[in-house]
Amino acid sequence: MNDEANMQDQHTADEAAELVVGSSLWRDAWRRLLKNKLAVFGMIVVAVIVLASVIGPTVIQRATGYAYDVMPKETRLNKSFPPFRSPEGGFSWTHPMGTDNAGRDILARVLSGGQISLMVALIATLVSLVIGVSYGAIAGYLGGRIDDVMMRVVDVLYSLPYVIIVIVLLALLPAKTPTGQLAELFFALGAVSWLTMARIVRGQVMSLKNQDFVLAARATGVSTPKIIFRHLVPNALGPVIVYATLTIPSVMLSEAFLSFLGLGVRPPRVSWGSLAADGAQTLAIFPWQLIFPGVTMALMLLSLNFLGDGLRDALDPQMRKQ
Amino acid sequence: MLRFIIRRVVIIVPMLFIIVSITWGLIRLAPGNFYLGERKLAPAVEKNLREKYGMDKPWYVQYWKVFRNFGQGDLGTSLKYEGQSVNQIIWRAFPVSATLGLCAYLLALGVGITTGTLAALRQNSWIDYACTALAMVGIAIPNFILGPLLVLVFALTLFWLPPALWNGFPSKNIVLPAITLSAIYIAYIARLTRSGMLEVMRSDYIRTARAKGLSERAVVMRHGLRGGLLPVVSFSGPALAFLITGTVVVERVFALPGLGNYFINACFNRDEPLIIGIVAFIAIAVLVLNLLVDISYGFLDPRIRYT
Repeated sequence: MNDEANMQDQHTADEAAELVVGSSLWRDAWRRLLKNKLAVFGMIVVAVIVLASVIGPTVIQRATGYAYDVMPKETRLNKSFPPFRSPEGGFSWTHPMGTDNAGRDILARVLSGGQISLMVALIATLVSLVIGVSYGAIAGYLGGRIDDVMMRVVDVLYSLPYVIIVIVLLALLPAKTPTGQLAELFFALGAVSWLTMARIVRGQVMSLKNQDFVLAARATGVSTPKIIFRHLVPNALGPVIVYATLTIPSVMLSEAFLSFLGLGVRPPRVSWGSLAADGAQTLAIFPWQLIFPGVTMALMLLSLNFLGDGLRDALDPQMRKQ
Repeated sequence: MLRFIIRRVVIIVPMLFIIVSITWGLIRLAPGNFYLGERKLAPAVEKNLREKYGMDKPWYVQYWKVFRNFGQGDLGTSLKYEGQSVNQIIWRAFPVSATLGLCAYLLALGVGITTGTLAALRQNSWIDYACTALAMVGIAIPNFILGPLLVLVFALTLFWLPPALWNGFPSKNIVLPAITLSAIYIAYIARLTRSGMLEVMRSDYIRTARAKGLSERAVVMRHGLRGGLLPVVSFSGPALAFLITGTVVVERVFALPGLGNYFINACFNRDEPLIIGIVAFIAIAVLVLNLLVDISYGFLDPRIRYT
């Protein structure tokens, strides 16, 4: 009977242990994020558009042969057709978004443009992240005169009309190859947005550097770069993530208007901005050429903003705890 | 306070120097020349052209000439627009851009502050959701898409407003460009006002004002707004920088003869004096306006004092 009682106790203890599932700060934040309906909506839309942009162009090419640079051979098809209209005038499924002035399918162009726009936005944000986080972390940890000087530089750069210089740069020094052009765009756009990231990271690092784990790391002889990058930066990630998610739409917007002016992505490559530029020219007679890229882009920016706001609200209590 | 102002004014000169140098350097690094049209020129013609524009002298001489003329207020002659000095062009184009920017910002302030305050006062009601949704739309739609769409609806379908071009100041031509330019600022200002007002309306001095028997209207307009608008004022600094880039696009879309349009054309034409002139002008304007915004910040919130 003793054994039975023991087994029962063990059983209850096991059950009790099972019920207490540990939850990390990240999982709490994730749960908070999911409760925010707008943020979930944003997440879903972003996922859908990203998926469509990544696999869409290949799928469309395999299925129908349309691509962003494929012009129909028959000359009667080298015109702009409205959505869902066949060349004879009846209803047809072939061009759900219509065609542009050279007969190219707009759906394929919008999705290819999405590929380029997303790639530029992601990589430029990464560039600004790398520069901003390093700069801010170093300034925040070293403090004193170095921090003063570094932040003064940031203040001075902040008041420059950056985009003007970027425009001059892109207009006058077009790279020769398309990949070169893209690389130029990445750096130009990344260089515009790293300033606020540096400020945010510096603030975080300064509030973290007096904590015990830093003292312990220093006492055990960890070198300064390792302290900065291996200990402080991972703990400062909360605001960094939020700001990065809010930087992506702003960089996307910058790339779009640069392409609209003819300075960003150049033909034959397409981006949402250059599609808008093409569409704006024949707006009065072929409005669908502007509406579809425009709506896609607006939807994407809206969803990214919802997602960013949701992330900020979800991570905020966590940030305050730190 | 005075030292702060002097320090900021003094720093304008070196910054201008750096900006103009960078721009000049970029222009010189660029391949191509302003006189390269579609044809190649005969060597004798090219030599004459270069002599006329002083481009046969070594680069440091030309660099120094830029600054020497600058100091005398002479920004040079445009290379593309024959015979017009850069000063003339800027003098003509600046009022257009300034009017556009001012109208857009005033519109943004008016609509943004009103919607933000309304949303804050009736938090979580349908007005709040409607205003927040409107604000999000303003952030999401880029101005180069909103512009043509507005033109399509109001100018090409309804025929209420002219679709493009500039017709002097109080004319219908400014309506669509101003709305397009202001859209994103309406959104930001509404959001900032809403969160600012939400915070302010909970504070003690507002409760005191209500307890003293002031009407709700007086409480909001005379006491609440002053504190709630602080984030909006501090946003005016960065907003100015964005306004400039927005002006470039809007002037392009609506074919307005403003600084932005001239600037882009100058970049495409490799018109060196015009590029440098406009960049310098914009830089000075931005720096001075930022300084004014920072000073006004000190007046609005007595707790902020600059050493």
